[in-house]
Amino acid sequence: MGEENKVILHGMWASPFSKRVELALKFKGIPFEYVEENLKNKRPELLQLNPVHKEIPVLVHNGKPIAESLVILEYIDETWMNSPRLLPQDPYKRARVRFWTSFVQQQLIETLLTVFETDGETQEKGVRDMLEKLQVLEEGIKEFFPDGNPCIDSNNIGLLDLVFSSVFSHYEIQEEVLGIKIINIEKIPLVCSWLTALNQLTLVKESIPPHDKLAAIFKFVREDALKSSSA
Amino acid sequence: MADVKLHGFWASPFSYRVIWALKIKGVDYEYIEEDLSNKSELLLKYNPVYKKIPVLVHGGKPIAESLVILEYIEETWPGNPLLPSDPYEKAMARFWIQFAVAKASVYRAFFVSTGGEDQEKARKDWLEVLKILEDQALGDKKFFGGDTINLVDISYGVLAYWFKNTEEVIGIKVLEPTTLPRLSQWVQNFMQVPVIKENIPDSHKMLAYLRIVREKIIVAEQHNK
Repeated sequence: MGEENKVILHGMWASPFSKRVELALKFKGIPFEYVEENLKNKRPELLQLNPVHKEIPVLVHNGKPIAESLVILEYIDETWMNSPRLLPQDPYKRARVRFWTSFVQQQLIETLLTVFETDGETQEKGVRDMLEKLQVLEEGIKEFFPDGNPCIDSNNIGLLDLVFSSVFSHYEIQEEVLGIKIINIEKIPLVCSWLTALNQLTLVKESIPPHDKLAAIFKFVREDALKSSSA
Repeated sequence: MADVKLHGFWASPFSYRVIWALKIKGVDYEYIEEDLSNKSELLLKYNPVYKKIPVLVHGGKPIAESLVILEYIEETWPGNPLLPSDPYEKAMARFWIQFAVAKASVYRAFFVSTGGEDQEKARKDWLEVLKILEDQALGDKKFFGGDTINLVDISYGVLAYWFKNTEEVIGIKVLEPTTLPRLSQWVQNFMQVPVIKENIPDSHKMLAYLRIVREKIIVAEQHNK
């Protein structure tokens, strides 16, 4: 492949931010080279590609780097305009997708991190917040699935689907490691149907890392965080 | 033409982002001032998730979150474009807008700092953020948007006006010509842009308000300790 239209994704196998970009590229059928980055020992090249945040994912297209997963996803949608379109055409509908994507990104992920990295009362409060916010999401996604039946396929999967899936498709492993139930079908039936629909897609299924590997890294992250907060 | 309404708050930089974008685009709108201690039924109906301003209502349909609103305005009224048309340049602009979101907590830490080592650390952290902004986002350009302001400048309007007032309230200067010459010049240039100059809160009211807000947050945080 020449420099023309060459796409490289610098990512990390357990990162939801990296995963969502990978999924977008795969669903759109965009050929790309994947570079696994070591986040404990960052390579100089990564630091050069993303000097501001020094994080993955970074997408490099025609030699030009783009960082921040949501920025990358919008860039992908504007550059490769084939199906699936990650955002609708209508500006109002686009605003609704961006609003809820921002909700998942800023509200849910932050609370999930609290639940993962704390214990005791702080964690309990985190779990309550999480359940409350998932309830808000349950209400919010009704506008996307007006008949109460999420039908996601490789032609209509969008930005919000990718972002949500990257964080929650492997919720069972998260619940197992935490010993806490987060996704409760009685409380959030529509969110559950949505997750089920997403997890049926081959590309999504294949994107979830092996159970033991993911469980191990979640355990490690949690133990590490608890250790440093009690230090 | 469907009507446009903006629910805002006179002291909010987020509210002003939307005002500036609408004015630049020449969009006629009705402004509704919200009393944040007594939010209107309409606001709660239009933004049930966060119950916050700004909310833009276009043809009866509400949009919340200032950055989401800005993208909506850009897409709905494409005249006087506020984002580059090239996808890569657009991605860069969005990257810098997201940088503001990522660093909001650093700003907040400085805003509520009261003194001693904590304040010194908060000041240093914030200075570092501003240096990155000056060096890598602004560079030698007049505005983040180049010769004219764009959504990046609009997003950082909080620095040009609200932060300058915060420095006065706290009594510490961070954004100065000696440490941040280009960013300081940007502040001057930004505040001279007619749309900005003509649409900015009264500075006496602003200072008084910032003092009160800061006090409230500091007291609340001490309670939580």
